[in-house]
Amino acid sequence: MGQAAAFWIMAVVIVVAAFAVIFLRNVFRAALSLILCFIAVAGIYITLSADFLAAVQILVYVGAISVLIILGIMMTREVQKGSPVNKMQIPAAIVAALLLGILVYVVTSTPWSISSQAPLTPTTMPLATKLFSENGFILPVEIGAVLLLAAILGAIVITREK
Amino acid sequence: MAIFDSALIQPLAMQVTPPDWPGGYWWHWLFFTVAIIAFVLIMVMGAIYLERRGMGRMQSRLGPNRTGPFGLLQPVADAVKVLLKENIVPTTADKIVHWLAPVVAFAPVLVIFAVVPFQNGAMLADLNIGILYVVAVSSIATVGVFMAGWGSGNKYSLLGAMRNVAAVVSYEIPMVLAIVGVVIVSGSLSMNQIVTGQDIPYILVQPLGFLIFFIAACAEINRSPFDLMEADSELTAGFHTEYSGMKFAMFYLVEYAEAIAMSAIIATLFLSGWRGPWLPPWLWFIIKTFVVFFVMVWTRTTLPRVRIDQLMGLAWKFLFPLALINLFVTAIQVVVWPDISQWIFVIVNIAIAAVLILLWSKFFKLGQGRVEV
Repeated sequence: MGQAAAFWIMAVVIVVAAFAVIFLRNVFRAALSLILCFIAVAGIYITLSADFLAAVQILVYVGAISVLIILGIMMTREVQKGSPVNKMQIPAAIVAALLLGILVYVVTSTPWSISSQAPLTPTTMPLATKLFSENGFILPVEIGAVLLLAAILGAIVITREK
Repeated sequence: MAIFDSALIQPLAMQVTPPDWPGGYWWHWLFFTVAIIAFVLIMVMGAIYLERRGMGRMQSRLGPNRTGPFGLLQPVADAVKVLLKENIVPTTADKIVHWLAPVVAFAPVLVIFAVVPFQNGAMLADLNIGILYVVAVSSIATVGVFMAGWGSGNKYSLLGAMRNVAAVVSYEIPMVLAIVGVVIVSGSLSMNQIVTGQDIPYILVQPLGFLIFFIAACAEINRSPFDLMEADSELTAGFHTEYSGMKFAMFYLVEYAEAIAMSAIIATLFLSGWRGPWLPPWLWFIIKTFVVFFVMVWTRTTLPRVRIDQLMGLAWKFLFPLALINLFVTAIQVVVWPDISQWIFVIVNIAIAAVLILLWSKFFKLGQGRVEV
């Protein structure tokens, strides 16, 4: 009962916040609703007994990514009130519609397997074993980190003044 | 009584009440929520008194001593004064954001105390991810500062908020790396288990980690010498320039509650929390918290404010490499010699810390060495 109530509250908050991100004209407020959305997603993780994931969600998405988004907004002129004029509206709309279609198709057509077992309660240890033990996921994670580093360096090189 | 059966209601893995605790989950929740709010408010008043009187002593003046015996009622008088003031909102402000900012800044600080153990098991929630939860939740407070800086519609507020976020993002990295050192040694993320595992206070086992964490914590909560996000001579009052009355009181409260929270976390992680001889555990905890806070006041009165390039340079060129080396050394010690006495590591780690700090301060340069430090 309690979990169902929590789920529905979080779900409504997530959907409303996500719509607010799209429809608010004020970019700063849109970023704030994005933060609310991230926090509510962390709430969903808690109801799924994924406490470690919930904390990491808050730490990474709210503490780092949203803050950088807001910093980006503050550093940029003229986007603060409403979106700037853009010539690429139609291509952007096509790409967005395609992406939405693919996502909806994938989500609806995937047979989601539901486990009837009770969830592991301390999730930290199993996650660490998955990551660091033999045949663990350490190599993909490291490759992902190197990729992100390369992206950051690329962004710095592109935007640096000559 | 099924409704009080904590196993049914509580989805999180939580080692709830001590066995002699009366009632159940909801009583536990109510008791600790009220206790935490009272604790934070009273500790903040104590901290304000300690800071103002202590700073007075250190600066060869008296400090506030007129209100009540020894000036003890000064924080109360200040609170009453600030609550009775007019609430002014600038016309260019984003009203909703301006109004919400103090709340968003205050809530995370209060929530941190949910996992701080006052005694063995005496806490709102003994989460098994305790310290990670603290790091995650305290990162939300930045959003409140941002909202205040943006919502005020004032360039000084905005500049203060941007300096704040630059400092928080930079200092979070050495801080978390220092925490990881403690977590490796104790083998647990739960705050209570970190305390119960501390037969030797981790300030001795992890001296370098302690110093890094202390410096980074001071920078995170904008305490002098890192308080240039509210440097009065440059930015009026930083992000809360446009706040008055009750809302300003909230930010003032946040500032001291954050300092108390960081002191409590340092006491828990490095000074063996509630453990100690003779006195009751909760009293030990409060004493240790105040001792750490006193050292913060001490550094504030001793050191001048740093410049922005010094702030960034210290985080990235000094604390970050040292934190990495500390983590590496700790990991090797735990993996290779898990069974030998911790006292050997105490001596070795203090020596390593001293050598590293001396070596790094020799090579620490700013602006390719053109700027004198």
